Amino acid sequence: MKEEFKIIANSIQKNKSILDVGCGDGELMKFIYENISNKIRGLEISKDNVQICIQKGLTVIEGNAEMDLQQFPSNSFDYVILSQTLQAFLNPEKVINDLLRIGKTSIVTIPNFGYWKVRFNLLFKGTMPVTKTLPNEWYNTPNLHMCSIKDFVNFCNKRKIHLFKSLALTNNKVSSINKFNLNFKNLTSELGIFLLEK
Amino acid sequence: MEKYNNIKKLIINKPLKLDCGVTISDYPLAYETYGNLNRSKDNAIMVFHALTGDQFASGKNPVTNKDGWWSYVIGPNKALDTNKYFVICANVIGGCMGSYGPNSIDQNSGNKIGINFPVITINDMVNAQFNLLNHFGISKLFCVTGGSMGGMQVLQFVANFPDKSKIAIPIACSASHSAQNIAFNELGRQAIMADENWKNGNYELENLSPAKGLSVARMAAHITYLSKKGLQEKFGRKLQERDKIKFGFDADFQIESYLRYQGSIFVDRFDANSYLYITRAMDYFDLSKNYNGDLSKVFKNTKTKFFIISFTSDWLYPTVENREIVIALNAINADVGFLEIKSDKGHDSFLLDVPDFINSLKNFVDNSYKKQL
Repeated sequence: MKEEFKIIANSIQKNKSILDVGCGDGELMKFIYENISNKIRGLEISKDNVQICIQKGLTVIEGNAEMDLQQFPSNSFDYVILSQTLQAFLNPEKVINDLLRIGKTSIVTIPNFGYWKVRFNLLFKGTMPVTKTLPNEWYNTPNLHMCSIKDFVNFCNKRKIHLFKSLALTNNKVSSINKFNLNFKNLTSELGIFLLEK
Repeated sequence: MEKYNNIKKLIINKPLKLDCGVTISDYPLAYETYGNLNRSKDNAIMVFHALTGDQFASGKNPVTNKDGWWSYVIGPNKALDTNKYFVICANVIGGCMGSYGPNSIDQNSGNKIGINFPVITINDMVNAQFNLLNHFGISKLFCVTGGSMGGMQVLQFVANFPDKSKIAIPIACSASHSAQNIAFNELGRQAIMADENWKNGNYELENLSPAKGLSVARMAAHITYLSKKGLQEKFGRKLQERDKIKFGFDADFQIESYLRYQGSIFVDRFDANSYLYITRAMDYFDLSKNYNGDLSKVFKNTKTKFFIISFTSDWLYPTVENREIVIALNAINADVGFLEIKSDKGHDSFLLDVPDFINSLKNFVDNSYKKQL
């Protein structure tokens, strides 16, 4: 399992209820189901992935987070997970608001557009960045709203969203992000992992 | 009527007050079972049939000699694996395969009940079938499932008995029959009633049958079970056993011939009055009616785990109507999964060999059973 998922799973307390938004093929869900809490459900847009999840015995709803999150009642889950999907939404702000409304805690991870390799691509090669966490070309990327770790922290601060844990991930190494090292982490991290509360 | 003699029947003594106000008792409920009930009686699946289905969901139907309507789904190693599960399927009341219906004999007159049969609802059908749990000594079913009107019965079952099935799989259905669907049912009923042999519903007394009307009803309904794309691909404008059009009203096109055939074989196995009563029951189906339109409240106390399935090309019970059930269940934080299966086969997809559908169904059922053990 990828390091990102391990960090997410470690952030979740035993037997709490969890909604995994954009759960993909259910890899993280299955791990959480078997090791942390069986009160986990998923929302996934791809039919093929939903089929794989059902095969794994996971409860998943086929749907589009931007349209279907609104049907979930407020405070209905202890945790809501959104792994590397925020940038693919037409309206990420609306999705974040829904996550905060539905979950007591939201766990959001983002591929960091401030990572030096990304900047290097654009600065020296003059092309849209293609990296390990951003594998698509400009013409086929699902990503509509890329942001950097710093962008996301600013976004939360401006909206008074309580960011109570911020982690950076590079080459499977985890470190904490704080206001003193934000610029540095924004340059050196591939991925940001954030725990949010209203 | 000899062919109906070997049908399994349970005579239900317990009175049942129907929604229309009439109370029935000592009425027959015809059923069939597949597989074996295990010692702990935790492997029972109740399957509900659709409008023109019956209790013969698998194997050979002894009356029609055709394969059961859900043969792709029920059987050894199939999605509802009869090596593992005990599958029960009953003919709905109002039906014509041995359960209490318009072609049952009225004990007083010795004639068929016909149009004097009380108007029934989906709720009545489910309450009648619930007696089978008692009959088999099953305190809780493992699963209730069915498509179309069968799916409506699944929803009604969970609404009536929130803790009597571990899982529920309503397929290609709706919690409230739409205006379009009522319209199609009305078209079918009017076709039957317009047949001069219908005789205000008393055709049996004169040994007649409104076969033309029933056949037209079936033809119209059959179109709604398919998709435009499916029809186009299968028939297009292909001609029936001729090179060119004949400038007449004979069946020039294959689609015409196909529909005529579907109509003609249907009248051999189905009773016209049953068709009126069952379509009416579907029209009256509106689960949230008693809860001010709030479907969530219908399922408020449910402990059942749901898996809802719809099909992309089903325009009779479209995905959006199936989704309304998902939304209502989500709103009360019920355990619900949902999948829309890609298929060009229209509403009929749930009866056909659609691998994605059958595999999902099997995976969900088997995984849920594993977790129970």
